[in-house]
Amino acid sequence: MLKSMFRPAKTPDASILDDHRPMIRSLERRGLIRGGLSLGALTMLTGCDISDSTSIGQALRAMSSFNDRVQAAIFDPNKLAPEYPASMVLKPPRFNAYYEIEDVKPVDGDRWRLELAGLIDNKQPWTRQQIAALPQREMIIRHICVEGWDYIGQWSGVPLRTFLQAVGADLTARYVAFKTADDYPSSIDMATALHPQTLLATSYAGETLTDPYGYPLRLRTSTKLGFKNPKWITAIEVTNTNPGGYWEKLGFNWQSSI
Amino acid sequence: MSTTIASARRLHPWPVRVMHWTNAVAMIIMIGSGWGIYNDSVIFHFLHFPQWLRIGSWAAESLLWHFAAMWLLAINGLAYLTYGTLTGRLRERMLPIRLSELVHTVRDTLRFKIAHDDLTVYNAVQKLLYIVVILAGISQVISGLAIWKPIQFSWLISLFGEFQGGRLVHFLGMAVIVGFLAVHVALSLLVPSTLWAMLTGGPRLDKPRSRAV
Repeated sequence: MLKSMFRPAKTPDASILDDHRPMIRSLERRGLIRGGLSLGALTMLTGCDISDSTSIGQALRAMSSFNDRVQAAIFDPNKLAPEYPASMVLKPPRFNAYYEIEDVKPVDGDRWRLELAGLIDNKQPWTRQQIAALPQREMIIRHICVEGWDYIGQWSGVPLRTFLQAVGADLTARYVAFKTADDYPSSIDMATALHPQTLLATSYAGETLTDPYGYPLRLRTSTKLGFKNPKWITAIEVTNTNPGGYWEKLGFNWQSSI
Repeated sequence: MSTTIASARRLHPWPVRVMHWTNAVAMIIMIGSGWGIYNDSVIFHFLHFPQWLRIGSWAAESLLWHFAAMWLLAINGLAYLTYGTLTGRLRERMLPIRLSELVHTVRDTLRFKIAHDDLTVYNAVQKLLYIVVILAGISQVISGLAIWKPIQFSWLISLFGEFQGGRLVHFLGMAVIVGFLAVHVALSLLVPSTLWAMLTGGPRLDKPRSRAV
């Protein structure tokens, strides 16, 4: 297995499985009985509380994976999202996270480093100044949240493609994963990572990002829903194993392209 | 095309019944899960859907249901439209609609004269309602695709103005379908022979149905 900061350094001993095999079997049997019972009870529920441990939950997750593949097929790497005039930009942008804005923990930009892992030639950590020295791009695009709201934002920073090329990343790998200071793991497909409107954004509306919106570095991609844009990025990994993400593990569609 | 339809010996041949009930299941899942998704960012501040009406205990589950059932709804709907067009059923059942007939039927309905003497003939209001709900269904698929992929299908979202326009049309299409459902279900319970016909096929159409050309 590849050495990665995204996985535990020491993996559990596989013999643990052998020691507890009878117990695992009995648990599986119980699960099957419970699954059958709850499937019957399900017809009486209107709330339909379905986690991925039930067979319906698993079927729904399987459909979601199928939809991932459909979306990958639909994705046109050359299609640009429409851009808008600066007069339409919302200032400040709308805050959104899995916690309230008061609970944002600011990142010290001077001590901050961007760590690299996985299929990358040069894994030297990057400073803000080094990133600022790379070619920049600006875009005024619509942010669409999975909840249904939207706004227009003006983002600038280094195209992720430029950065991945600069560090010698394997651009044929399947995924780019992100770790953040607010413990919000996220990942996107390589096709989206290489899209011209996918930026490692460092500023908003011409000003350096402020703390609630991801200072010093966040992702901003024009072709995915808002939750696929992690803020306060601390590490990037290029990998062929789908690393999932915070909301995706809870059932939101992984691809979430728009 | 022949004026006699071999497969349509009964009012509702089996493909129509299968597609009708498949659509019923798909529609209910789409509506219930759609209400769950809607609640996360409401369009009308006075309107929230209570938990007992929603499918999915929270938005993630509602989305999973919605994006699974959409395939059932779209494929079944496409099959229905193809079947209805190829067999001539759509045109035969729903056209023509005459305005005088429409007024007449509305007047009768308001006087609670809604007996269906002949199940095999749709009255003008029925025809209009079926056409409206089929168009609403088509609109739901188009507006749904547009708000699912507003960048990849940017030409589609531009039909509705911007993203929120697409969302609004998708909501209104749902409202039309729910309105239709209320009338449709109420009337089928008032005239149970129509409900029975959609389960068993209904009366035999003995004489060949000739199409006015």
